[in-house]
Amino acid sequence: MSGLDVRAKIAKRIAEELEDGQVVNLGVGIPTLVASFMEGKQVFLQSENGLVGMGPPPSENELDIDLISAGKEPITITESASFFSSADSFAMIRGGHIDVAVLGILQINMKGEIANWAVPGQPILGVGGAMDLVVGAKKVIGAAMLFAKDGQAKIVEKLTYPTSGIRQIDLLVTEYAVFSFDNGEVVVNELLGHLTVEDLQQLLGIPLRQEVTL
Amino acid sequence: MKDKVVHSVSDLKSIFKDNQKILAGGFGLSGSPLTVIDTIAQTDVKGLHVVSNNLGDHGIGLHKLFIQGQIDKAIGSFFTMNREAVIAWSEGKLDIELLPQGTLAEAIRCGGAGIGGFYTKTAVGTELAKGKEEREIDGERYIFEKAIKGDVAIIRAKTADRLGNLTYHTTARNFNPMMATAADIVIAEVDEIVEVGDLDPEVIVTPHVYVDYIIQTAYSKAGDQYVRA
Repeated sequence: MSGLDVRAKIAKRIAEELEDGQVVNLGVGIPTLVASFMEGKQVFLQSENGLVGMGPPPSENELDIDLISAGKEPITITESASFFSSADSFAMIRGGHIDVAVLGILQINMKGEIANWAVPGQPILGVGGAMDLVVGAKKVIGAAMLFAKDGQAKIVEKLTYPTSGIRQIDLLVTEYAVFSFDNGEVVVNELLGHLTVEDLQQLLGIPLRQEVTL
Repeated sequence: MKDKVVHSVSDLKSIFKDNQKILAGGFGLSGSPLTVIDTIAQTDVKGLHVVSNNLGDHGIGLHKLFIQGQIDKAIGSFFTMNREAVIAWSEGKLDIELLPQGTLAEAIRCGGAGIGGFYTKTAVGTELAKGKEEREIDGERYIFEKAIKGDVAIIRAKTADRLGNLTYHTTARNFNPMMATAADIVIAEVDEIVEVGDLDPEVIVTPHVYVDYIIQTAYSKAGDQYVRA
Protein backbone atom coordinates (compact mmCIF):
# COMPACT_ATOMS: atom_id res chain seq x y z
CA MET A 1 0.00 0.00 0.00
CA SER A 2 1.18 3.53 -0.72
CA GLY A 3 1.53 6.03 2.11
CA LEU A 4 -1.65 7.67 0.93
CA ASP A 5 -3.61 4.41 1.11
CA VAL A 6 -2.24 3.69 4.57
CA ARG A 7 -3.34 7.10 5.82
CA ALA A 8 -6.81 6.59 4.33
CA LYS A 9 -7.05 3.16 5.95
CA ILE A 10 -6.31 4.63 9.37
CA ALA A 11 -8.77 7.47 8.83
CA LYS A 12 -11.52 5.05 7.74
CA ARG A 13 -11.05 2.92 10.84
CA ILE A 14 -11.23 5.99 13.08
CA ALA A 15 -14.45 7.09 11.36
CA GLU A 16 -16.01 3.80 12.55
CA GLU A 17 -15.42 4.95 16.14
CA LEU A 18 -17.54 8.06 15.71
CA GLU A 19 -21.23 8.04 16.57
CA ASP A 20 -24.26 9.99 15.40
CA GLY A 21 -24.69 13.28 17.20
CA GLN A 22 -21.13 13.57 18.48
CA VAL A 23 -19.17 16.81 18.42
CA VAL A 24 -15.76 15.98 17.01
CA ASN A 25 -12.53 17.91 16.53
CA LEU A 26 -10.19 16.63 13.83
CA GLY A 27 -6.53 17.65 13.96
CA VAL A 28 -4.35 18.20 10.92
CA GLY A 29 -2.84 15.34 8.90
CA ILE A 30 -4.48 11.90 9.00
CA PRO A 31 -7.29 13.16 11.30
CA THR A 32 -8.47 15.60 8.61
CA LEU A 33 -9.03 12.63 6.27
CA VAL A 34 -11.53 11.11 8.72
CA ALA A 35 -14.14 13.60 7.44
CA SER A 36 -14.27 11.83 4.08
CA PHE A 37 -15.36 8.51 5.66
CA MET A 38 -18.37 9.71 7.64
CA GLU A 39 -21.07 9.24 5.06
CA GLY A 40 -24.42 8.38 6.60
CA LYS A 41 -23.37 9.64 10.02
CA GLN A 42 -24.36 12.96 11.51
CA VAL A 43 -21.25 14.16 13.27
CA PHE A 44 -20.72 17.86 14.11
CA LEU A 45 -17.18 18.95 13.31
CA GLN A 46 -15.69 21.60 15.60
CA SER A 47 -12.92 23.81 14.29
CA GLU A 48 -10.82 25.45 17.02
CA ASN A 49 -10.78 28.81 15.25
CA GLY A 50 -14.45 29.29 16.11
CA LEU A 51 -16.95 27.00 14.40
CA VAL A 52 -19.14 23.98 15.01
CA GLY A 53 -20.57 22.61 11.77
CA MET A 54 -17.60 22.49 9.43
CA GLY A 55 -18.42 21.25 5.93
CA PRO A 56 -16.28 20.00 3.03
CA PRO A 57 -13.90 22.21 0.98
CA PRO A 58 -15.67 24.82 -1.18
CA SER A 59 -16.15 24.82 -4.92
CA GLU A 60 -14.45 27.71 -6.70
CA ASN A 61 -17.53 29.96 -6.59
CA GLU A 62 -18.24 29.15 -2.92
CA LEU A 63 -14.70 30.12 -1.84
CA ASP A 64 -14.50 32.67 0.99
CA ILE A 65 -10.96 32.91 2.38
CA ASP A 66 -12.20 34.27 5.71
CA LEU A 67 -13.87 30.90 6.26
CA ILE A 68 -11.07 28.47 7.11
CA SER A 69 -10.28 25.38 9.14
CA ALA A 70 -7.72 25.14 11.95
CA GLY A 71 -5.28 24.04 9.24
CA LYS A 72 -6.04 27.37 7.46
CA GLU A 73 -7.65 25.61 4.50
CA PRO A 74 -10.86 27.01 2.96
CA ILE A 75 -14.01 25.19 4.12
CA THR A 76 -17.79 25.41 3.93
CA ILE A 77 -20.36 25.20 6.72
CA THR A 78 -23.29 22.86 7.30
CA GLU A 79 -26.86 24.05 7.91
CA SER A 80 -26.54 23.66 11.69
CA ALA A 81 -23.32 25.70 11.88
CA SER A 82 -22.54 28.37 14.45
CA PHE A 83 -19.60 30.76 14.83
CA PHE A 84 -17.95 31.95 18.06
CA SER A 85 -14.75 33.55 19.31
CA SER A 86 -11.48 31.75 20.09
CA ALA A 87 -12.12 32.17 23.85
CA ASP A 88 -15.53 30.50 23.50
CA SER A 89 -14.03 27.81 21.28
CA PHE A 90 -11.41 26.84 23.82
CA ALA A 91 -13.89 27.09 26.70
CA MET A 92 -15.81 24.47 24.71
CA ILE A 93 -12.66 22.38 24.27
CA ARG A 94 -11.18 22.62 27.78
CA GLY A 95 -14.61 22.51 29.40
CA GLY A 96 -15.29 18.95 28.25
CA HIS A 97 -17.91 19.73 25.60
CA ILE A 98 -16.13 18.01 22.72
CA ASP A 99 -17.01 14.30 22.53
CA VAL A 100 -14.00 13.16 20.52
CA ALA A 101 -10.71 14.74 19.47
CA VAL A 102 -8.75 12.91 16.79
CA LEU A 103 -5.10 13.93 16.94
CA GLY A 104 -2.03 13.09 14.93
CA ILE A 105 0.76 11.83 17.16
CA LEU A 106 4.54 11.74 16.90
CA GLN A 107 5.11 9.45 19.89
CA ILE A 108 3.07 7.73 22.58
CA ASN A 109 4.33 5.99 25.71
CA MET A 110 3.00 2.81 27.30
CA LYS A 111 0.65 4.80 29.55
CA GLY A 112 -0.91 6.52 26.55
CA GLU A 113 0.70 9.94 27.08
CA ILE A 114 1.35 11.57 23.74
CA ALA A 115 3.86 13.90 22.10
CA ASN A 116 2.43 15.72 19.11
CA TRP A 117 3.66 19.30 19.00
CA ALA A 118 7.44 19.50 18.88
CA VAL A 119 10.50 17.64 17.65
CA PRO A 120 13.72 17.48 19.73
CA GLY A 121 16.57 19.58 18.38
CA GLN A 122 14.27 21.87 16.44
CA PRO A 123 12.99 25.26 17.61
CA ILE A 124 9.77 24.98 19.59
CA LEU A 125 7.73 27.74 18.06
CA GLY A 126 4.28 26.33 17.52
CA VAL A 127 1.77 24.54 19.72
CA GLY A 128 -1.63 25.75 18.49
CA GLY A 129 -4.57 23.99 20.14
CA ALA A 130 -2.89 20.59 20.62
CA MET A 131 -2.48 20.77 24.41
CA ASP A 132 -5.98 22.16 24.98
CA LEU A 133 -7.53 19.28 23.01
CA VAL A 134 -5.47 16.71 24.90
CA VAL A 135 -6.75 17.88 28.30
CA GLY A 136 -10.28 18.78 27.31
CA ALA A 137 -11.90 16.31 24.92
CA LYS A 138 -14.02 13.55 26.51
CA LYS A 139 -12.30 10.98 24.34
CA VAL A 140 -8.99 11.33 22.53
CA ILE A 141 -8.12 9.07 19.59
CA GLY A 142 -4.56 9.13 18.28
CA ALA A 143 -3.93 8.61 14.58
CA ALA A 144 -0.54 7.57 13.28
CA MET A 145 1.41 5.25 11.07
CA LEU A 146 3.06 2.88 13.52
CA PHE A 147 6.61 3.64 12.39
CA ALA A 148 8.23 6.97 11.57
CA LYS A 149 10.00 7.50 8.22
CA ASP A 150 13.33 6.56 9.86
CA GLY A 151 11.83 3.25 11.04
CA GLN A 152 11.49 4.25 14.71
CA ALA A 153 8.39 2.88 16.43
CA LYS A 154 5.96 5.54 17.65
CA ILE A 155 4.92 3.51 20.70
CA VAL A 156 7.83 3.84 23.13
CA GLU A 157 8.64 3.03 26.74
CA LYS A 158 9.59 6.61 27.45
CA LEU A 159 8.82 9.71 25.37
CA THR A 160 11.90 11.28 23.82
CA TYR A 161 9.78 14.01 22.19
CA PRO A 162 8.28 16.77 24.40
CA THR A 163 5.02 15.62 25.98
CA SER A 164 1.70 17.24 25.06
CA GLY A 165 0.32 16.71 28.56
CA ILE A 166 -0.24 14.20 31.34
CA ARG A 167 -3.62 12.99 30.05
CA GLN A 168 -3.61 9.42 28.75
CA ILE A 169 -5.42 8.98 25.47
CA ASP A 170 -8.13 6.41 24.90
CA LEU A 171 -7.25 4.77 21.61
CA LEU A 172 -4.45 4.71 19.06
CA VAL A 173 -5.32 3.67 15.52
CA THR A 174 -2.45 2.63 13.22
CA GLU A 175 -2.35 0.70 9.96
CA TYR A 176 -1.47 -2.56 11.76
CA ALA A 177 -3.62 -2.47 14.88
CA VAL A 178 -5.91 -0.56 17.20
CA PHE A 179 -4.29 -0.08 20.60
CA SER A 180 -5.59 1.02 23.98
CA PHE A 181 -3.68 1.79 27.18
CA ASP A 182 -4.43 0.26 30.56
CA ASN A 183 -2.31 1.29 33.57
CA GLY A 184 0.99 1.14 31.72
CA GLU A 185 0.04 -1.90 29.65
CA VAL A 186 -0.37 -1.58 25.90
CA VAL A 187 -3.40 -3.53 24.72
CA VAL A 188 -3.98 -4.71 21.15
CA ASN A 189 -7.72 -4.44 20.57
CA GLU A 190 -7.83 -5.26 16.90
CA LEU A 191 -5.44 -6.30 14.17
CA LEU A 192 -5.79 -4.44 10.87
CA GLY A 193 -2.94 -5.78 8.78
CA HIS A 194 -0.98 -8.93 8.09
CA LEU A 195 1.10 -8.73 11.28
CA THR A 196 0.26 -10.85 14.33
CA VAL A 197 0.46 -9.65 17.93
CA GLU A 198 3.76 -11.56 18.24
CA ASP A 199 5.12 -9.78 15.14
CA LEU A 200 4.11 -6.42 16.56
CA GLN A 201 5.65 -7.23 19.93
CA GLN A 202 8.93 -8.03 18.25
CA LEU A 203 8.93 -4.96 16.02
CA LEU A 204 7.98 -2.60 18.85
CA GLY A 205 10.19 -4.25 21.47
CA ILE A 206 7.58 -3.80 24.19
CA PRO A 207 5.17 -6.22 25.84
CA LEU A 208 1.66 -6.20 24.38
CA ARG A 209 -1.50 -7.56 25.96
CA GLN A 210 -3.71 -9.29 23.49
CA GLU A 211 -7.42 -8.65 23.62
CA VAL A 212 -8.12 -9.21 19.98
CA THR A 213 -11.52 -10.50 19.11
CA LEU A 214 -10.95 -12.73 16.13
CA MET B 1 -23.86 61.51 18.56
CA LYS B 2 -20.18 60.64 18.77
CA ASP B 3 -18.64 59.49 15.50
CA LYS B 4 -15.56 57.25 15.84
CA VAL B 5 -14.92 56.87 12.13
CA VAL B 6 -11.42 57.93 11.09
CA HIS B 7 -11.41 59.17 7.51
CA SER B 8 -7.75 58.86 6.70
CA VAL B 9 -5.71 55.94 7.83
CA SER B 10 -2.71 58.25 8.34
CA ASP B 11 -4.64 59.90 11.19
CA LEU B 12 -3.95 56.71 13.12
CA LYS B 13 -0.16 56.92 12.83
CA SER B 14 0.32 59.04 15.95
CA ILE B 15 -1.33 56.36 18.10
CA PHE B 16 1.61 54.00 17.63
CA LYS B 17 4.76 54.49 19.71
CA ASP B 18 7.98 52.60 20.34
CA ASN B 19 7.85 49.59 22.68
CA GLN B 20 4.06 49.33 22.82
CA LYS B 21 2.27 46.05 23.34
CA ILE B 22 -0.08 45.54 20.41
CA LEU B 23 -2.89 42.98 20.38
CA ALA B 24 -3.56 42.00 16.76
CA GLY B 25 -6.60 39.93 15.79
CA GLY B 26 -6.58 37.14 13.24
CA PHE B 27 -6.08 33.43 12.73
CA GLY B 28 -3.64 33.36 9.87
CA LEU B 29 -4.83 36.21 7.66
CA SER B 30 -8.51 35.57 8.39
CA GLY B 31 -9.67 38.39 10.65
CA SER B 32 -6.34 40.21 10.48
CA PRO B 33 -6.50 44.05 10.36
CA LEU B 34 -4.32 44.35 7.26
CA THR B 35 -4.93 48.06 6.56
CA VAL B 36 -3.99 49.15 10.09
CA ILE B 37 -0.91 46.93 9.97
CA ASP B 38 0.11 48.62 6.69
CA THR B 39 -0.20 51.94 8.50
CA ILE B 40 2.12 50.79 11.30
CA ALA B 41 4.53 49.61 8.60
CA GLN B 42 4.65 53.20 7.27
CA THR B 43 5.85 54.53 10.63
CA ASP B 44 9.29 54.31 12.25
CA VAL B 45 7.81 52.68 15.33
CA LYS B 46 9.98 49.87 16.69
CA GLY B 47 10.42 47.56 19.64
CA LEU B 48 6.82 46.36 19.45
CA HIS B 49 5.57 43.43 21.49
CA VAL B 50 2.88 41.80 19.40
CA VAL B 51 0.25 39.46 20.81
CA SER B 52 -1.30 37.45 17.98
CA ASN B 53 -1.97 33.81 17.19
CA ASN B 54 0.45 33.92 14.22
CA LEU B 55 2.80 36.40 12.58
CA GLY B 56 1.19 36.99 9.18
CA ASP B 57 2.23 35.46 5.92
CA HIS B 58 4.53 36.16 2.92
CA GLY B 59 4.96 39.90 3.27
CA ILE B 60 1.35 40.53 4.23
CA GLY B 61 -0.08 41.36 7.65
CA LEU B 62 2.20 41.20 10.70
CA HIS B 63 4.89 39.54 8.60
CA LYS B 64 5.47 42.98 7.05
CA LEU B 65 6.23 44.54 10.46
CA PHE B 66 8.44 41.64 11.33
CA ILE B 67 10.50 41.87 8.12
CA GLN B 68 11.00 45.59 8.76
CA GLY B 69 12.38 44.83 12.20
CA GLN B 70 9.58 46.60 14.07
CA ILE B 71 8.74 43.60 16.29
CA ASP B 72 10.99 42.67 19.24
CA LYS B 73 8.74 40.07 20.81
CA ALA B 74 5.89 37.87 19.60
CA ILE B 75 3.43 36.29 22.01
CA GLY B 76 1.19 33.69 20.40
CA SER B 77 0.52 30.02 19.75
CA PHE B 78 1.82 29.10 16.31
CA PHE B 79 4.85 30.63 14.59
CA THR B 80 6.29 27.46 13.04
CA MET B 81 5.01 28.18 9.54
CA ASN B 82 6.82 31.48 9.45
CA ARG B 83 10.32 30.50 8.34
CA GLU B 84 11.90 33.95 8.80
CA ALA B 85 10.49 34.14 12.34
CA VAL B 86 12.09 30.79 13.13
CA ILE B 87 15.44 32.03 11.79
CA ALA B 88 15.21 35.38 13.62
CA TRP B 89 14.38 33.57 16.84
CA SER B 90 17.36 31.20 16.49
CA GLU B 91 19.65 34.21 15.85
CA GLY B 92 18.30 35.91 18.98
CA LYS B 93 16.72 38.77 17.02
CA LEU B 94 13.17 37.90 17.99
CA ASP B 95 11.89 36.98 21.43
CA ILE B 96 9.03 34.48 21.35
CA GLU B 97 6.61 33.54 24.10
CA LEU B 98 4.64 30.47 23.13
CA LEU B 99 1.24 29.80 24.72
CA PRO B 100 -1.32 27.09 23.95
CA GLN B 101 -4.00 28.66 21.78
CA GLY B 102 -6.73 28.29 24.40
CA THR B 103 -4.50 29.80 27.06
CA LEU B 104 -3.73 32.75 24.78
CA ALA B 105 -7.44 33.34 24.12
CA GLU B 106 -8.41 33.06 27.78
CA ALA B 107 -5.53 35.28 28.96
CA ILE B 108 -6.76 38.06 26.66
CA ARG B 109 -10.37 37.51 27.75
CA CYS B 110 -9.27 37.85 31.38
CA GLY B 111 -7.22 40.93 30.55
CA GLY B 112 -10.35 42.64 29.31
CA ALA B 113 -12.56 41.35 32.11
CA GLY B 114 -10.63 42.60 35.14
CA ILE B 115 -9.30 39.15 36.04
CA GLY B 116 -5.60 38.92 36.99
CA GLY B 117 -5.07 35.39 35.76
CA PHE B 118 -6.48 31.88 35.86
CA TYR B 119 -5.64 28.24 36.53
CA THR B 120 -5.81 25.83 33.60
CA LYS B 121 -5.12 22.12 33.10
CA THR B 122 -3.72 22.82 29.65
CA ALA B 123 0.06 22.29 29.42
CA VAL B 124 0.45 20.79 32.91
CA GLY B 125 3.59 18.63 32.92
CA THR B 126 4.90 20.04 29.63
CA GLU B 127 7.75 22.38 28.68
CA LEU B 128 5.26 25.23 28.42
CA ALA B 129 4.49 24.89 32.14
CA LYS B 130 8.10 25.55 33.17
CA GLY B 131 8.41 28.31 35.76
CA LYS B 132 4.66 28.54 36.20
CA GLU B 133 2.92 28.13 39.55
CA GLU B 134 1.14 24.79 39.87
CA ARG B 135 -1.65 23.91 42.28
CA GLU B 136 -4.06 21.07 42.83
CA ILE B 137 -7.79 21.78 42.68
CA ASP B 138 -10.23 18.97 43.51
CA GLY B 139 -7.51 16.40 42.91
CA GLU B 140 -6.40 17.70 39.51
CA ARG B 141 -3.26 19.61 38.55
CA TYR B 142 -3.53 23.14 37.17
CA ILE B 143 -1.04 25.86 36.23
CA PHE B 144 -1.42 29.60 36.69
CA GLU B 145 -1.48 31.83 33.64
CA LYS B 146 -1.42 35.62 33.85
CA ALA B 147 -3.94 37.78 32.00
CA ILE B 148 -2.76 39.71 28.94
CA LYS B 149 -3.50 43.38 28.28
CA GLY B 150 -2.24 45.65 25.53
CA ASP B 151 -1.58 49.32 24.90
CA VAL B 152 -3.36 49.15 21.55
CA ALA B 153 -5.66 46.50 20.05
CA ILE B 154 -6.03 46.38 16.28
CA ILE B 155 -8.97 44.24 15.28
CA ARG B 156 -10.95 43.25 12.19
CA ALA B 157 -14.73 43.14 12.02
CA LYS B 158 -17.38 43.03 9.31
CA THR B 159 -19.73 45.92 9.99
CA ALA B 160 -19.45 48.85 12.41
CA ASP B 161 -21.95 51.55 13.14
CA ARG B 162 -20.49 55.03 13.66
CA LEU B 163 -20.44 54.52 17.41
CA GLY B 164 -18.42 51.29 17.20
CA ASN B 165 -20.90 48.45 17.61
CA LEU B 166 -19.39 45.54 15.68
CA THR B 167 -20.46 42.38 13.87
CA TYR B 168 -18.06 39.75 12.56
CA HIS B 169 -17.85 37.46 9.54
CA THR B 170 -17.52 33.66 9.83
CA THR B 171 -14.17 32.42 11.23
CA ALA B 172 -12.68 35.91 10.85
CA ARG B 173 -14.13 36.52 14.33
CA ASN B 174 -11.48 34.41 16.18
CA PHE B 175 -9.45 36.55 18.66
CA ASN B 176 -11.00 39.89 17.71
CA PRO B 177 -13.86 40.13 20.25
CA MET B 178 -11.54 39.49 23.23
CA MET B 179 -8.82 41.80 21.95
CA ALA B 180 -11.43 44.55 21.62
CA THR B 181 -11.84 44.44 25.41
CA ALA B 182 -8.21 44.17 26.49
CA ALA B 183 -6.33 47.31 25.38
CA ASP B 184 -6.24 51.02 26.26
CA ILE B 185 -6.89 52.03 22.65
CA VAL B 186 -8.95 49.89 20.26
CA ILE B 187 -8.96 50.36 16.48
CA ALA B 188 -11.50 48.37 14.45
CA GLU B 189 -10.96 47.85 10.72
CA VAL B 190 -14.22 46.99 8.96
CA ASP B 191 -15.74 46.18 5.57
CA GLU B 192 -18.72 48.43 6.03
CA ILE B 193 -19.73 51.42 8.15
CA VAL B 194 -23.43 52.05 8.81
CA GLU B 195 -25.49 54.55 10.79
CA VAL B 196 -26.33 54.00 14.45
CA GLY B 197 -29.60 52.06 14.56
CA ASP B 198 -28.95 50.16 11.36
CA LEU B 199 -27.49 47.11 13.13
CA ASP B 200 -29.85 44.63 14.76
CA PRO B 201 -28.87 44.71 18.48
CA GLU B 202 -29.22 40.90 18.52
CA VAL B 203 -26.32 40.44 16.08
CA ILE B 204 -23.85 42.88 17.65
CA VAL B 205 -20.97 40.87 19.15
CA THR B 206 -18.75 43.74 20.35
CA PRO B 207 -20.66 46.62 21.99
CA HIS B 208 -19.40 50.14 21.15
CA VAL B 209 -18.09 50.78 24.68
CA TYR B 210 -14.87 48.95 23.78
CA VAL B 211 -14.09 50.65 20.47
CA ASP B 212 -12.22 53.96 20.05
CA TYR B 213 -11.59 54.28 16.31
CA ILE B 214 -13.19 52.78 13.18
CA ILE B 215 -11.47 52.60 9.83
CA GLN B 216 -12.75 51.33 6.48
CA THR B 217 -10.58 48.48 5.21
CA ALA B 218 -8.55 49.00 2.04
CA TYR B 219 -8.52 45.26 1.35
CA SER B 220 -10.97 43.04 -0.47
CA LYS B 221 -11.09 39.32 -1.15
CA ALA B 222 -10.17 38.13 -4.63
CA GLY B 223 -10.33 34.35 -4.90
CA ASP B 224 -7.77 32.92 -2.51
CA GLN B 225 -6.07 36.25 -1.74
CA TYR B 226 -6.60 39.48 0.15
CA VAL B 227 -5.77 42.38 -2.16
CA ARG B 228 -5.31 46.03 -1.37
CA ALA B 229 -7.35 48.39 -3.55
